[in-house]
Amino acid sequence: MAAYALQRLLILIATLVFASFVIFGVLEILPGDAAQTMLGTSATPETVAALAHKLGLDKPFWLRYFDWISGALTGDFGLSYTYNSPIAPLIWERLKVSAPLALIAMALASAIALTMGVYAAERRGKGGDSAVMAASQLGLAIPSFWLGILLVLIFAVRLRIAPSGGFPGWSDPLKALEALALPAIALGVVQGAVLTRVTRSALVEALNEDFLRTARAKGLSARSALWRHALPNALPPVLTIMGLQFANLIAGAVVIENVFVLPGLGRLILQSINNRDVLVVENCVMGLAAFVIALNMAIDLAAAAIDPRLRARES
Amino acid sequence: MSAISRTAGLRTGFLLVGAVVFIAALSLVWTPYPPAGINVAHRLQGPSLLHAFGTDALGRDVLSELIAGARVSLIVGIIAVVIGLGLGVALGLVAAAARGLVEDAIMKFCDFAFAFPALLVAILLSATYGPGIVNATIAIGVANAPIFAKLTRSAANGVLAREFALAARAAGRGPLAIAVDHVLPNIAPTLIVQATIQFAIAILAEAALSYLGLGAQPPMVSWGRMLADAQPWLMLAPRLSILPGLAVGLSVLGLNLLGDGMRDALDPKLRGRA
Amino acid sequence: MRFLLEVEHLAVALLTPGGARRVVRDVSFVLRPGESLGLVGESGSGKTMTALALMGLLPEGARVSGVMRFEGRDLTRASEKAMQALRGDRIAMIFQEPMTALNPLHRIAAQIAEPLRLHRGLSKRDAKAKAVELLGRVRLRDPERLAHSYPFELSGGERQRAMIAMALSCEPRLIVADEPTTALDVTVQANILDLLATLGHEARTAILLISHDLAVVARRCERVMVMYAGEVMEEGPARDVLGDARHPYTQALLAARPSLGAPRGRLAAIPGAAPSAEDAGAGCPFAPRCPRAAPVCAEAPPPLVELEGDRSLRCARVDAEGRPL
Repeated sequence: MAAYALQRLLILIATLVFASFVIFGVLEILPGDAAQTMLGTSATPETVAALAHKLGLDKPFWLRYFDWISGALTGDFGLSYTYNSPIAPLIWERLKVSAPLALIAMALASAIALTMGVYAAERRGKGGDSAVMAASQLGLAIPSFWLGILLVLIFAVRLRIAPSGGFPGWSDPLKALEALALPAIALGVVQGAVLTRVTRSALVEALNEDFLRTARAKGLSARSALWRHALPNALPPVLTIMGLQFANLIAGAVVIENVFVLPGLGRLILQSINNRDVLVVENCVMGLAAFVIALNMAIDLAAAAIDPRLRARES
Repeated sequence: MSAISRTAGLRTGFLLVGAVVFIAALSLVWTPYPPAGINVAHRLQGPSLLHAFGTDALGRDVLSELIAGARVSLIVGIIAVVIGLGLGVALGLVAAAARGLVEDAIMKFCDFAFAFPALLVAILLSATYGPGIVNATIAIGVANAPIFAKLTRSAANGVLAREFALAARAAGRGPLAIAVDHVLPNIAPTLIVQATIQFAIAILAEAALSYLGLGAQPPMVSWGRMLADAQPWLMLAPRLSILPGLAVGLSVLGLNLLGDGMRDALDPKLRGRA
Repeated sequence: MRFLLEVEHLAVALLTPGGARRVVRDVSFVLRPGESLGLVGESGSGKTMTALALMGLLPEGARVSGVMRFEGRDLTRASEKAMQALRGDRIAMIFQEPMTALNPLHRIAAQIAEPLRLHRGLSKRDAKAKAVELLGRVRLRDPERLAHSYPFELSGGERQRAMIAMALSCEPRLIVADEPTTALDVTVQANILDLLATLGHEARTAILLISHDLAVVARRCERVMVMYAGEVMEEGPARDVLGDARHPYTQALLAARPSLGAPRGRLAAIPGAAPSAEDAGAGCPFAPRCPRAAPVCAEAPPPLVELEGDRSLRCARVDAEGRPL
C-alpha cells in the first residue's frame, strides 16, 4: 500500500506540473494581449506597453512561467491588478468558504447515494427501485443553481427559516454552517442523483456475483451479505465516478456562490473576469484544478485501500 | 428495469425533445412578442390573456423569451456537440490507430482533461477574450471532446481487432483509412447515444454560463440569463425564476431519457431480457 | 435418528418472464448420517436446483413443494432466520467456480472465519487461528501465509481447498458439493475429490456430491442417484447402480463414456437432447430417446420399481427384478 501511495504521489506531482503548464500555456498560446484586454481597446499603445512591462508580460514565456511556479512554491502568487494586493491571501480567504461548501455538498451527495442506491438495489426490479430511478432522473436534469434559487424561494423568502445569502464568517460556526446549508443542499442533491444511479448499478452487479451466494450459504442474511460483501465490491467504481464528478461539483459551486452571494472562490473568479484581472483568474483556476486533481488521487488511494487487486496491478 | 418503464422513458424523452425542437424552430418564424422587446410600462405583470406567462422586470413577454431561449440552448448544444464530436472522434481514432505510447499519452491527457469542466474552460477563455456566447460554445465543445475521444478509442480498438480490419490491413490499407471506413459505421450508435447525453450536459452548461454572464449577452435571450435577471425579483415575481429553470430541466430530462432509451434499445445484452 | 435428510416429492418451479417453469418435478431420497450420496445428471436435469432448494437459496419468486426434513425439521416450512442459522453451521455448501466464489476483497482467513464468528461467536483472533488450522487440514502447504493472502493470489485448486475449509469450519452434518471440481484442471480434480471424501469420512459428515460426471461419483460415493429432466430415474448403492445399471438412461450414460484401452470406434452417444423438466411430457421424460421405449412410456409416469439391496428405479420396461421386459 505504501509503495502504491508513493507511486500515486509522484504521478500527482507530475500531473500538477502538467496542469500548471496547460493553464499558463492556454492563456499564452491564444492570440490576444492580456494587457490590451485589461485596458480595453481605447488605450494607447504606450499605456498598453507600460502595463505589459509592469506586469512582466514582455518577458519571454519560460521566464514568466518559472517566475510564477517559483513564486507559487514560496506562497507568492503575485499581485492582483484590481486590488493591488497579494493574491495568495486573497485566495486563502475565499477558500475558507468554497472548500467547506464543496466538501459538505460532496458528503451530502455521498450520503444520499449510499442510502438511495442501496435502497434501490435491494428492491431491484420492483416499485421502490423505479421510484428512486425516476427521482434521480429528475434530480440530475435540473441545474443545481436553479435548485438553489428554488430553495431560497421556499426557505428564505416564504418560510424565512434560512438566510437567503451572504456569509457571516467563521467566528460563529453555527451561523456559518447555516449560511452554507442551502447552497450545499442544492449542490449535494444534484450530485447525489448522479451518484445514486451509479451506486445502484454497481451494487446490482455486485449482488449478482458468485461470492454473494457463498456468503448466503454461510448463513449471512441478505442484508448482511449486501453490506459486508456486495457494497465493498461496488465502491471502487463508484469512487472513480465520484472523483470525475468532483470537477462538476466545483463548477456548480462557482455558480451557486453567485446565487447565494457567498464570498468564495467562484465570486472572486467572476469579479476578476469582469475586471480583466488575468493573473487572479489564472491562479484561481490553477487552484481549483489542483484541488480536483489532488482529490482524485485521494480517491484512487481509497479505492486501492479497498481493493487489493488495484495495488498489485500497478506495481 | 421493466420493459414498460423503458419504453415509457424513451417515449417521454422523444416527446419532450420534440417539443423543445418544435418551439425552437417556431421561434425562427414567430413569437407572440419580440423576445427582447423592452416595454417598461408593462413590467412585472402577472399571467394574463395578453401575456400567457406575464412580463419580466423590463416588460418583456416571458413566453416569447422562453421560446427564444429554446433556440439559443439548442443551437449552442448542437454546435458544442459537433465540436466535441469532431475533436474527440479524431483524437480517439488517432489514438486507436497509432497505439503504443501515443495512445497512452492521448488517453492520459483525456483523463487529465476531465478535471476541467466546461465552466472552467469558459472562465479561462472569458478572461482573455471577454465573455460571449461564442466563447461559451467553444468552451463547452472543447470540454466535451475527451469523453468522445475515450469512447471512440475503446470502440475503435474493439473493431480494429476484428477480422475484416485485419484483412484490410493485410491488403495494404493504412490504419487511418480503415478507421474511417470500418470503425465509424460500427461505433456510430454508441456515439449517437453519447452525443444525446452530451447535448443535455451542454444545455446545462450554457444555462450556467449565461446565468453568470459569461454566455449569452444582451439582447440575446437565454434561459440562464433569464434566471439571472429574475433573481432580484424573487419575492415579487417568483415565476420569473421558476419558468426558465423548468424549461432547462425539461429539455435536459427529455434528452437524458432519449439517450438512455436509445442505449437500452441498442444494447444487445438488454434486448434478450423481456 | 435414522435419516439425516429426507426429501419427499420435492418440486421446484422458477419464476421467469414467461411464467412459472418447473425445474424439479419429483425428487425423493434419503441420506443417513455420514453417508455420501452422488447426484448425477446432465445439465438442466435439476440437480443444482435441488441443492439450492435444500439450502433455501433459490432465486426470488421460486416455488417449492414437497417435504425436506433435515434432522427432523421440515426445511420447506422453516423461516428465513431459521435457515440462516442452519446454513454454514449444520449444512454447508461448496460451489462450482472457485475463481468467483470467494470475495476478492477479503483475505482468505477472514472468509473462512466468517461462519465461525457468525455461528460460534468466536473472537477475530480465535477464528483466524482456527482458519489456519482448517487450511492445514485441507492439506494446503504454508497455511499461515495462505490465510493472510487474497483470493486472486491463489490457484484454482488452492481456492477450492479453501472453500472446503470454509465448509468444514463449523463441523456441519451435511456438505452439499455442487460440481466442486468441474472448473478445475483434471490433474487437480482427483485430489480435491479424494480430500472431500476423506474429510467427510473422518468427521462423519454426510456429503451430497453433485456432478454430471459418473466417474466423479463412482469411487467416492456410497450411494448414487441419477436424475433426468427433474426426476430421479434410478438410485441405489453406487457399486450396484454403476456396475449393474438397470435403468435404460443409466445404461446409456455408462455406455457413452469413453474408456481407455477399449477398441476405438464411435462413441455411443445418446441421440437427441435432454429436455428441461418443464418441457418433458406426461409420461417418462426419457421416452423420446430411450432405446427400449414402448407406447405405454409416453402415456403415464413410469412406476417406481423397488429392488433388493436398497435400490430402486422408475421404468415401465423392467420387471420386478429390474430385468428388461
